Amino acid sequence: MDNLLKTPLYELHKMQGARIIDFAGWALPVQFSGIIEEHLMVRTGAGLFDVSHMGEIVVTGKGAVRLLDYLLANEISSLENGIIRYSHICNPNGGVVDDILVYRLGIEEFLLVVNASNIGKDLSWIKSYAYGDVEVEDVSGTTAQLAVQGPFAEGVIQKLISDKIAGMKYYSFQRDVHIGRHRCILSRTGYTGEDGFEIYCSQDEASDLWNLLMDAGEEYNLRPAGLGARDTLRFEACLPLYGHELSEDITPLEAGLGRFVKMDKRDFIGRAALKKQAEEGLKRRLAGLEMMDRGIPRTEYGVFHKGSPVGFVTTGSYCPALQKNLALAIIDINSSEIGQVVEVDIRGRKLEAKVVDTPFYRRSVKT
Amino acid sequence: MNIPAELRYTQKHEWVRIEGSKAYIGITDFAQHSLGDIVFVELPEEGMILKAGDSLGVVESVKAVSDVYCPLSGTVGEVNRALIDYPEKINQAPYENWMAVIEVTDPGEVDKLLTPEQYEETVKNESQ
Repeated sequence: MDNLLKTPLYELHKMQGARIIDFAGWALPVQFSGIIEEHLMVRTGAGLFDVSHMGEIVVTGKGAVRLLDYLLANEISSLENGIIRYSHICNPNGGVVDDILVYRLGIEEFLLVVNASNIGKDLSWIKSYAYGDVEVEDVSGTTAQLAVQGPFAEGVIQKLISDKIAGMKYYSFQRDVHIGRHRCILSRTGYTGEDGFEIYCSQDEASDLWNLLMDAGEEYNLRPAGLGARDTLRFEACLPLYGHELSEDITPLEAGLGRFVKMDKRDFIGRAALKKQAEEGLKRRLAGLEMMDRGIPRTEYGVFHKGSPVGFVTTGSYCPALQKNLALAIIDINSSEIGQVVEVDIRGRKLEAKVVDTPFYRRSVKT
Repeated sequence: MNIPAELRYTQKHEWVRIEGSKAYIGITDFAQHSLGDIVFVELPEEGMILKAGDSLGVVESVKAVSDVYCPLSGTVGEVNRALIDYPEKINQAPYENWMAVIEVTDPGEVDKLLTPEQYEETVKNESQ
């Protein structure tokens, strides 16, 4: 673990009994009490995640909107201050360089939250297109991020903040929010399929903020949760993970994320290829699979239809809340109809699965 | 880490309990702890003839797939079917929840298994 990057909470996690693993060069807690327990805790209560490995890039200047609208498949010019938009950075073939969140901090100021494993790649990609009045700054090294996720997340956060947060919309944020003596960005976002908040602060404030949240969460039984549960939670909600459901070779359209691709805005990188793909019709798509035979599908296992290869599993797992063995898989469009029976090659045995609707899990929204 | 004195062990974290010509086989406390929540168990077929080192089955946790190897040559006499529906029993009591019973054909192989002391060394080295 000595050669790995560490978040400011590394020592705290070790003290709390976390099991630490190497995740994209970072020493991160994969679990505290156990993946299933942490998973169910977030579905029914609240969990606290350290996601400080995520990358943060600030883009500012008169040319910022123009640059981002050219680099991103979603529309940035229409994004309002205080609102967040999920978007893809595409390559000229329509494949995905990264999937990111864009926060509009001001008229000419944006925060991009990018995947840890892509920070270097994104930064050089963005800089290579940044000319004129625009500045690109990597603040990943000084920024920490904590996530409180679950139906009780609002209650936990409200205990620490004087302003009412009940009215805060999903995918909105507030700047300069005071939590204890720390000034943070409070964002109503997450990667679990539950309601929740993500808090950005400076790295030297992270462990104090962690403790404040743990104390405030005591009456809600808030507990630390690790990357293992984060992955099963996002998978059950069918939120894509870069390197699995999205990659340089998988387009947002194939991944079923076409609603985040705005063909009608100004030209952007990848638009021509994506437009062509949309016009010609998809040849393959991301589909949900539910195992009918006993077995757990895993990443990269082959998918077959009547013995012929039709695709591959992008993520597969036992799903703790649903108690099913499920997979997301990129498969031939002709084999992807709901109810279609296919086979997954699980260590040499072709086991039956059927195509099912996604997401596997959808939270019930308060009305 | 619990390493009962009356059992024998392997480098790959299987335990063996010898009762006459029968060998009960499971995975150790260290193995279940390293794997985390076990959610799936694949067992051999009864009557299968296995050589020492052949695959006996698979144990899967939420995040990992782990092969279980047969420590002794013989015939699979019985498998613990309860684990199919309740794989988490291995986490709860690894030394009670054996995976399979082997009718041992070469008792000499038993002497090659690790003693509890030797297995403790193995675990120590892997935990570092």
